[in-house]
Amino acid sequence: MAATEIARQVGEGCRTVPLSGHVGFDSLPDQLVNKSVNHGFCFNILCVGETGLGKSTLMDTLFNTKFEGEPASHSQPGVQLKSSTYDLQESNVGLKLTVVGTVGFGDQINKEDSYKPIVEFIDAQFEAYLQEELKIKRVLHNFHDSRIHACLYFIAPTGHSLKSLDLVTMKKLDSKVNIIPIIAKSDAISKSELTKFKIKITSELVSNGVQIYQFPTDDESVAEINGTMNAHLPFAVIGSTEELKIGNKMMKARQYPWGTVQVENEAHCDFVKLREMLIRVNMEDLREQTHTRHYELYRRCKLEEMGFKDTDPDSKPFSLQETYEAKRNEFLGELQKKEEEMRQMFVQRVKEKEAELKEAEKALHEKFDCLKKMHQDEKKKLEDKKKSLDDEVNAFKQRKTAAELLQSQAQQAGGSQTLKREKERKNNPWLCTE
Amino acid sequence: MEGQPVQPAPEETPRDANPANVGLELFGYVGIEAVLDQMRIKTMKTGFEFNLMVVGQSGLGKSTMVNTLFKSKVSRKPTGPSYEERIPKTVQLQSVTHVIEEKGVKMKLTVTDTPGFGDQINNENCWDPIIKYINEQYEKYLREEILISRKRKIPDTRVHSCVYFVPPTGHWLRPLDLEFMRRLSKIVNVVPVIAKADTLTLEERAEFKKRIQKDLKAHGISVYPQEDFDDNSDDRILNNKIRDKIPFAVVGADKEHQVNGKRVLGRKTKWGIIEVENPAHCEFPLLRDLLIRSHLQDLKDITHNVHYESYRVQRLNESNRLALSPINGLLGKDEVESDL
Repeated sequence: MAATEIARQVGEGCRTVPLSGHVGFDSLPDQLVNKSVNHGFCFNILCVGETGLGKSTLMDTLFNTKFEGEPASHSQPGVQLKSSTYDLQESNVGLKLTVVGTVGFGDQINKEDSYKPIVEFIDAQFEAYLQEELKIKRVLHNFHDSRIHACLYFIAPTGHSLKSLDLVTMKKLDSKVNIIPIIAKSDAISKSELTKFKIKITSELVSNGVQIYQFPTDDESVAEINGTMNAHLPFAVIGSTEELKIGNKMMKARQYPWGTVQVENEAHCDFVKLREMLIRVNMEDLREQTHTRHYELYRRCKLEEMGFKDTDPDSKPFSLQETYEAKRNEFLGELQKKEEEMRQMFVQRVKEKEAELKEAEKALHEKFDCLKKMHQDEKKKLEDKKKSLDDEVNAFKQRKTAAELLQSQAQQAGGSQTLKREKERKNNPWLCTE
Repeated sequence: MEGQPVQPAPEETPRDANPANVGLELFGYVGIEAVLDQMRIKTMKTGFEFNLMVVGQSGLGKSTMVNTLFKSKVSRKPTGPSYEERIPKTVQLQSVTHVIEEKGVKMKLTVTDTPGFGDQINNENCWDPIIKYINEQYEKYLREEILISRKRKIPDTRVHSCVYFVPPTGHWLRPLDLEFMRRLSKIVNVVPVIAKADTLTLEERAEFKKRIQKDLKAHGISVYPQEDFDDNSDDRILNNKIRDKIPFAVVGADKEHQVNGKRVLGRKTKWGIIEVENPAHCEFPLLRDLLIRSHLQDLKDITHNVHYESYRVQRLNESNRLALSPINGLLGKDEVESDL
């Protein structure tokens, strides 16, 4: 067999080599884009907010379509999340849009646990992706990514400040998802109140350490617009799907007796800004942040929790999935062992108690026997006594009859003498017997 | 961008349509397609990586071919009379990395050369170092992917395409060629080319190609573009056209000559100038288009989604059996699946 060796020599660093003609790899971004178009995009939005703040209407307005669903009632027992997926198509781009809404948020009397279902839902999506990634045979490129890319947090238009429920929920969510706070139904706030409200909200968020999503400003083409938009957060939006004739155009608007609010008029509300930022400028960045920051953080925490560590580079790689399963089985085995132990202890205790009871029973039996014996003895004694008394009675009767017989004989013999003698004789037997 | 015509959502969606999803009609322009531009900007900023490997006997023009492909001195050829002495006694792998830029698109190109391949008298297992190298790159990527704190962008050194140079004998594929291609087409995208094709006439070329295609089919060797990975019917039509022409008969040249008043890359011989970029002379343009202009992303995708995944499956199963041997009876359902 021919001996073989590998001698590898890597070029010194990476120098840039000039090209002397057109090679053609400038079509690479186009190749990539075409592939993605064929594959399709997916985008998942989570809308968190109290019932009746216009979440569904805003989604309809943003995506220019009518999603299904009826308005939720206010009497839900707990917070639930309802998710629906839609396939949108625009020219040649297909988008798989998933809209998740909270049902019953903020309606309960005790709202301490309101944020929990939301956090659990987001974690469940991360977990599903992590499970798929850890599998041995996986199909990542065809996997339907259900991780939440953007969370629109609807703030009620009170005009004062954030509610404590809002603060608590946003604090819990800020490390798991990109939060974009928006002021809902902002046609209820006047312009001057709005600026004060926005300032109050941003200062409260900052002072509580809530990290909301900042539009990226590192790429020159979008840095400027993103920078100005960052200053306008939170966006004050109005949603409407009704079209009204204003001037000579049909526009989405809401009509009041005192005027008409146009949704797409930048002077009236920030809806256009939201649409620009969410869809037209930063959709890709939102997806990337979700994958590289939030998902990686979740993955790291989850794996560290399970006890994995990054071993030194010489060790063999292992399948996280299998070792995860192994650890889980280990844990289950321990649980089972504990259960067995408890069962054993229980059985033992029962046995002991049984033995005790048996002994007690035995003692009782013995006592009973004893008593019975005593009873029988006494009965016997009594019978004996009775018998002896009976004998005496019989003996007395016999003597009585014998005496009567003698008496009758004596009478037949006659005479008082005999009477006397009989009397004496009567007395005598008595005397004799005395 | 405003006022674009709205197309109602068709009933069938282009990819895996979930019957539970609803295809909705958009009543106006939303701007979803702006995501394409966003993606384009992002990828141009991060740049691309491409790793190419060239395999073939010495003297078949591998280095010249790479230089012609990328129009720059990417592969350094040893020149000078001392070259003949330097044929290595063993197969060596030499990787050189360069950064090339065109119209704002940056590409980190790594070319791995294999001098000494097939040059010995006894060439048994001369493919082993190559297979080992390819698997090492997969291993490196796997290790990075498995870490708890991963890098944002894992450096990709996996070989995306292996160009195999077939000597222009004109007869059939030699046993060495068949063995090599059979083994390597399972772990990497193999693109066979007929080297130094200027020694074959056009009819000889066509004959040779037919025989090679028959040989490949008879031995069950699937070279790039593989038939199993055609995404849809459009791809299949395009790839069928390419498959008809595989292997490409190429000529490499890095000198420019004057032809009809134009400067062209070519080889000058006494009986004429062979223009490298002339499709009537040789099929170099087809190779360049396949490798760079149209299928580069596809090569990377197949390497990542197919070859890397099968390596990963195999590797994880292996290390599982080692790692889990003390725990009895713990065959997870994944292991059972992968045995199928």
